[in-house]
Amino acid sequence: MSMEATAADDHDYTSTGLPTWKVGFWTFMGSECLFFASLISTYMVYKGASTTGPFPAEVLNIPLTSISTFVLLMSSTAMVLALDGVQRGSRKLASFWLAMVIVLGGTFLGFQVYEFTHFVHEGLTISQNVFGSSFFVLTGFHGAHVTVGVLWMTILFTMSVRGKLTPADALKVEIAGLYWHFVDIVWIVIFTLIYLLQ
Amino acid sequence: MSNFEVAAEAQVHEGGSHASVGFYWTIAGVLAVITAVEVAIFYIDALAPALAPILLTLSAVKFALVVMFFMHLKFDSKIFTGVFVAGLSIGAFVVVALIMLYHFLPRLEG
Repeated sequence: MSMEATAADDHDYTSTGLPTWKVGFWTFMGSECLFFASLISTYMVYKGASTTGPFPAEVLNIPLTSISTFVLLMSSTAMVLALDGVQRGSRKLASFWLAMVIVLGGTFLGFQVYEFTHFVHEGLTISQNVFGSSFFVLTGFHGAHVTVGVLWMTILFTMSVRGKLTPADALKVEIAGLYWHFVDIVWIVIFTLIYLLQ
Repeated sequence: MSNFEVAAEAQVHEGGSHASVGFYWTIAGVLAVITAVEVAIFYIDALAPALAPILLTLSAVKFALVVMFFMHLKFDSKIFTGVFVAGLSIGAFVVVALIMLYHFLPRLEG
């Protein structure tokens, strides 16, 4: 092995022997836990503090959000199957499941846009009351994360279709998958605390 | 060979494909069923007093299933678990502490 190759390998792994990118990304997700914890805390602290409506029970649509939750959970399944496709070297499977992640992620965002629009028509805006402020900031930041994820998946899908996503690139897809699953688990918490435990 | 390619190749040697496709579908089915149960429980008035603990438990199970199997934490290095759980624990502590501070302590003080 050449000296250059050895030096490159040193940068690929931490002193623990684990891939640098993966350690870095898990650390990033640990910090994202704190980010969303602060937003969830804010919502919970101000829960019931609104003096003017609309109040959560008047506007939150459980059947609709249950469907969007199901859609996001299924997108996580598609993501893990896309990674499996890349690891197997199946361009067809990888492209199909990445496309499914994009479609399901886009559908979730569609539900969110509909929900936000409906709330505004009901009189709930970000400045209407503390429920509106904390709700829109929390779910808006989550939606922004989903949007970033959909764009990321679109790049991977394009690479896959062009045959530029081989088993050697599996770590790229795995890291994108970690991000996508993280967005999913944040929604699991939001769905329970904000929608079901009103 | 890029950084990603070297690391990915090593992971394939370490058993990068962590579980079978059938297993992932099983987990997906369990997650869907738990979500359906959560929504059903929400509409059952008789369970209203126990709603919070039941829903929090079911949510924790869903969370754990995704982290352990879809994010492969169960099969991966314990260092990843440590890094993630550290952030998660501090975050959970912040949420619980602020809820206690703003909702429960004022009630106790009357």
